[in-house]
Amino acid sequence: MVAAAIAAPAAYSAAGAGLDIENVDHAFDIDGAALPVLQDVSLFVEPGEFIALLGPSGCGKSTLLRLVAGLERPRSGILREDDSRITGPHPSRVVVFQDPTLFPWRTVWNNVALGLEAQGILKNHRQRVDAALELVGLSAFRNAYPHQLSGGMAQRVALARALVNDPKILILDEPLGKLDSLTRITMQAELVSLWQRKGFTTLLVTHDAEEALFLANRVVVLSDRPARIKADIAVQRPYPRHRGDPYLADLRRQILNILGLDAAW
Amino acid sequence: MQTYSLSDTAGVGAHLAAASRTQALWDWLRLSGAGVAASAAWIAFGLSCLLWDDLGDWSRTYSLGIGAFVVGAVALFGTLSTDYLGRAGSALRHRAPWLFVLGLVLALWEIATAKFAWLPLPFFPPPQAIVEVYTDDLPKLLDSVFASIRLQLGGYVIGAALGFVTGVSIGWSRSVGYWVHPMLRFIGPLPATAWLPIAFFTFPSSWSASTFLIALATGFPVTVLTWSGVASVSNAYYDVARTLGAKPSFLVLKVAIPAALPHVFVGLFMGLGSSFAVLVVAEMIGVKAGLGWYLQWAQGWAAYANMYAALIVMSLLCSGAITLLFRTRDHLLVWQKGVVKW
Repeated sequence: MVAAAIAAPAAYSAAGAGLDIENVDHAFDIDGAALPVLQDVSLFVEPGEFIALLGPSGCGKSTLLRLVAGLERPRSGILREDDSRITGPHPSRVVVFQDPTLFPWRTVWNNVALGLEAQGILKNHRQRVDAALELVGLSAFRNAYPHQLSGGMAQRVALARALVNDPKILILDEPLGKLDSLTRITMQAELVSLWQRKGFTTLLVTHDAEEALFLANRVVVLSDRPARIKADIAVQRPYPRHRGDPYLADLRRQILNILGLDAAW
Repeated sequence: MQTYSLSDTAGVGAHLAAASRTQALWDWLRLSGAGVAASAAWIAFGLSCLLWDDLGDWSRTYSLGIGAFVVGAVALFGTLSTDYLGRAGSALRHRAPWLFVLGLVLALWEIATAKFAWLPLPFFPPPQAIVEVYTDDLPKLLDSVFASIRLQLGGYVIGAALGFVTGVSIGWSRSVGYWVHPMLRFIGPLPATAWLPIAFFTFPSSWSASTFLIALATGFPVTVLTWSGVASVSNAYYDVARTLGAKPSFLVLKVAIPAALPHVFVGLFMGLGSSFAVLVVAEMIGVKAGLGWYLQWAQGWAAYANMYAALIVMSLLCSGAITLLFRTRDHLLVWQKGVVKW
């Protein structure tokens, strides 16, 4: 296996939580037959780390995220946030999905307020909603409805809706996958600066090696379904990174090699 | 450099002036022609009332003719002074073609019934006979209107509320669905009017029986559409809300119901239509009040003018109810793009 360096433990911010995934197996029932999607996945994430999960499409990356979010329980194995076992969804672990899935009947402001409202603490924390909108630069659109927003703006609102809860672990399920390339580049930089400012642990699923290398401390490469961890690559480059960096280009070649795409490169 | 004589320029100028004058006339005709024609049609209607003697004995012919002249005059002066009337002026201009057709139809109707009896007379009353109903039989008509509204409103609100709650419960809870769904399939498709004979002797009063029937007719479509609305809410919305800390009550009240609301309004609309039908039948058969009863009563006395008068009122009421429902929907569903305009 190619150089799977272990990430050097670093002093990350205390705002993030550690994540411990131990020997997780998971399968789906399709017409009565069990279809394995995750096989013996173990991963330890330091508090405040930015991890990218990279793998071929349909390999089970998103399923792993759903397990971390607590939306599903694994067939076997254990997931822990810090020292407490993950048994269900909790606002300390918030997901931003590939589709913004804003509620079309709510204005931008009310969409961002969703988490605080659901937890019953909106009344005393209205300024947090304003701050989150400010953070993603959409204060002027607070009264707009989702159908009036562009794709990038909608995804920013989804990000604000997640961040308003001050998550300890931010789970990103290909959030930039459907955006145009220019918006994508802008939002990648915004993600890095948000992560650096807020200090939450970030788990990003992507199938774009370049995006993974531009954003993450560690790139975890998954195999085809059922997903196993094929490599765990530390990206030892300070932020902001440069897309033309030969070190990143070299890592990218290695990753594509692991995925069996070196011929295409 | 061009050379031209004085006479040439004068000729061109006159020509241009004439052209612009015809142009102006044309523009004015295009804008105001319909208004003038509408005025003419209503004056024709007035004349048709007054030129000949009535074949029957109607007391409002003269007043109707004068009224028609008034409408014609208002249409004419309104059209000529649209620029000073603001919104009322542009509203008049917009409706002038309809006003024209209406005046023409009324004039033809007047001539074909009251004046020459081309249409057999007792069955096709002239306009003045209907006006006479509105002026002379107003108290009874108003009583009927209020009775109908009360019955319809009570039954509809009960049916809509029960249907909504049932629909949400079936859509949300599997065990409620297990028990209610077969009942819904068994009872729902039955036309509510089929219950009529049973309802009228099992319920203590004809009023409660009719309320039950109207509620039944409203409840079925509201239930089915609310249910399908709740069932079709994308799981992604629930996932988002759950990761943000939503409890089941929040998922029902703040996710499922708002997402299902467009479907619910389709159900409310369908329920309104079928409940009108039940209302009229119930009033014709059992309830001794309301517009349906008025129609039945008028038929018994061969008072055809009263029937037409009641039909017109009924149509206005039903249309008004639907307008009200659509306004409410537009207000609640502003977030939807391109809702149908009624």
